[in-house]
Amino acid sequence: MIGILATIGRAFLEGLAALGRLVIFAGAALGHMVRPPFYPRLIGRQMIEIGYFSLPVVALTTLFSGMVLALQSYTGFARFSAESAIATVVVLSMTRELAPVLAGLMVAGRIGAAMAAEIGTMRVTEQIDALTVLSTDPYKYLVAPRLIAGATMLPLLVLIGDILGVFGGYLVAIYKLDFNAAAYLRRTADYLEFMDVVSGLVKAAVFGFLVALTGCYHGYNSKGGARGVGQATTNAVVSASILILVFNYIITELFFAR
Amino acid sequence: MSPPKIELSGVKKAFGEKIVLDGIDYALPEGESLVVIGGSGSGKSVLLKCILGIIRPDAGSIRIDGEETVGAGSEAREKVRGKIGMLFQGSALFDSLPVWQNVAFRLIQGQGMERRQAKEIALGKLAQVGLAPPVAELYPAELSGGMQKRVALARAIASDPEIIFFDEPTTGLDPIMADVINDLIVASVKKLGATTISITHDMASARKIATRIAMIYGGKFIWAGEAKDIDRSGNAHVDQFIHGRAEGPIQMAVRRP
Repeated sequence: MIGILATIGRAFLEGLAALGRLVIFAGAALGHMVRPPFYPRLIGRQMIEIGYFSLPVVALTTLFSGMVLALQSYTGFARFSAESAIATVVVLSMTRELAPVLAGLMVAGRIGAAMAAEIGTMRVTEQIDALTVLSTDPYKYLVAPRLIAGATMLPLLVLIGDILGVFGGYLVAIYKLDFNAAAYLRRTADYLEFMDVVSGLVKAAVFGFLVALTGCYHGYNSKGGARGVGQATTNAVVSASILILVFNYIITELFFAR
Repeated sequence: MSPPKIELSGVKKAFGEKIVLDGIDYALPEGESLVVIGGSGSGKSVLLKCILGIIRPDAGSIRIDGEETVGAGSEAREKVRGKIGMLFQGSALFDSLPVWQNVAFRLIQGQGMERRQAKEIALGKLAQVGLAPPVAELYPAELSGGMQKRVALARAIASDPEIIFFDEPTTGLDPIMADVINDLIVASVKKLGATTISITHDMASARKIATRIAMIYGGKFIWAGEAKDIDRSGNAHVDQFIHGRAEGPIQMAVRRP
C-alpha cells in the first residue's frame, strides 16, 4: 500500500518538476524572442512549413467537422423541431471550439513532432553544441523562429478553418437536408458575434505557441541517440495535445465565464 | 611574461554520483598543441565542454588569455567563444545547410558578414582542406565521412580562431584518411599559429599533432609533458595506454570469463 502511494507521489512530483522545466524553458525562449539578433529568413521558412504545408490537413479536418456537425445536430434537433438552429450551432462550434482545437491537434501531430525530431537529432549529433561554439544562440536560432511562426500561423490556419467548417455545414444543410440557402446563411451571420471569432483566434495563437514550445523543448532536451529522439517526438505530441485541451478550457473560461 | 593562453586550475565536474573531472590543473602556453589522451568515458569531452562554457564546472577556474571564464557573464563568455574554433567528433555539420554555408556559418550569423564575401572565404578554406568548389553546393549528407571531417575542419578554421579544439578528429576514418586529416590539422594550425587542444585515443594521431601530451585517468591528469617524452614517461598507466595492452594498472570495467 505504502509502495503504491509512494509511486503515485513520485510520479506527481516528477510531473510537477517537468512542468517547471517547461515553464523555465518557455521563459528563456520568450526572453530570446524579443531580443536581437532576429533571423527573418528562418522565421519565414518556419511560417511556410507551419502555415502553408499544414493547410491541406487543417482544411480537410475542418471541412468534414463542419459537415458532420450539421448532420449530427440535425438528428438531435429534429427531435424537438429545432432544425433552424443548426446554422447557429455550426458556426458557433466551429469558430469558438472546433476549428482552433482540431487545427491545434493536427498541427501538433504534424509540426510538433517534426520540430522535436529535427531539434532532437541536432542535439544528439552535437549540432546544437556546434551552434553555440559558432557564436550563435540556439534559443534565438532554433527556438524563437519556431515559436513566432507557430503563434502567428495557427490563427491564419484557423481563420481558413472557420470558413471551411461553416462551408461544410452549409453543404450538408443545403444539399442533403434541403435547407433554404439564403435562410441558412442569414442565420449563420445573424447569431455570430465578433468575439466568437476573436476568441477562437486567440486560442489558435496560444495553441500554436504551445505546439512549437513543446516540440522545441522535448527536442532540445532529448538524449541518447535514435531512441531518445523517438521518445522526444512522442512526448512532444502528447504534451502538446494535453496542453491544448487544458488551455482550451482556461481560455474559454476567461472569455465567456460570467 | 604573457599569461598562458589557457590555464586550468582545480577544475572539477561530477554528474550525480559520478565524478568525471577531479581537479584538473594545466597551463598551456600560446602556440602549443596539447593532446589529451585517455580511455573512453574518461572525461575528455567534458573537459573541452567546460572550457567552451557549454558545461559549467562545479569548482575550479578556467582562464583564457588571463581572463576567468567560469561564472562569467554571457557577454564575456561570448567574447571568449569568438576566439575558439572546434572540430566535433561526429563533424556536427548542419544538415539543413549546404557545405559552404556550414563553413561560413559563423561569418554570416555570428559576425554579420555579407553572404557573398563569406562564401568567398568559405571556398578558400575548403580549398585549404583539399575540397573543390563544386563540393560547396552539396549538402553534408551527400558527403563521405572523410569529406565531412574536412568540411568540419574548414568550418573550425573559417573565422581564423586563436584557439582550436579537436574532438577525436580521426575517429571513424580509415588509417590513410586519418593521416590526411592529421596532416591538414597540422598544416592549418601552423598557418594560423593557433593554440590547440585535441582529445583522442588514436596514438598515431596524437604523435602527429601534439607538441605536448597529457593523459587523463580517474578525473586527473596523471601525466603531462612534451610529446617527444611520451615513450619515456616512466608511468605505467601511460605505457599501458600507448601500447594498447589489456593488462596493466588500468582495469576496464569488463567482466572476465
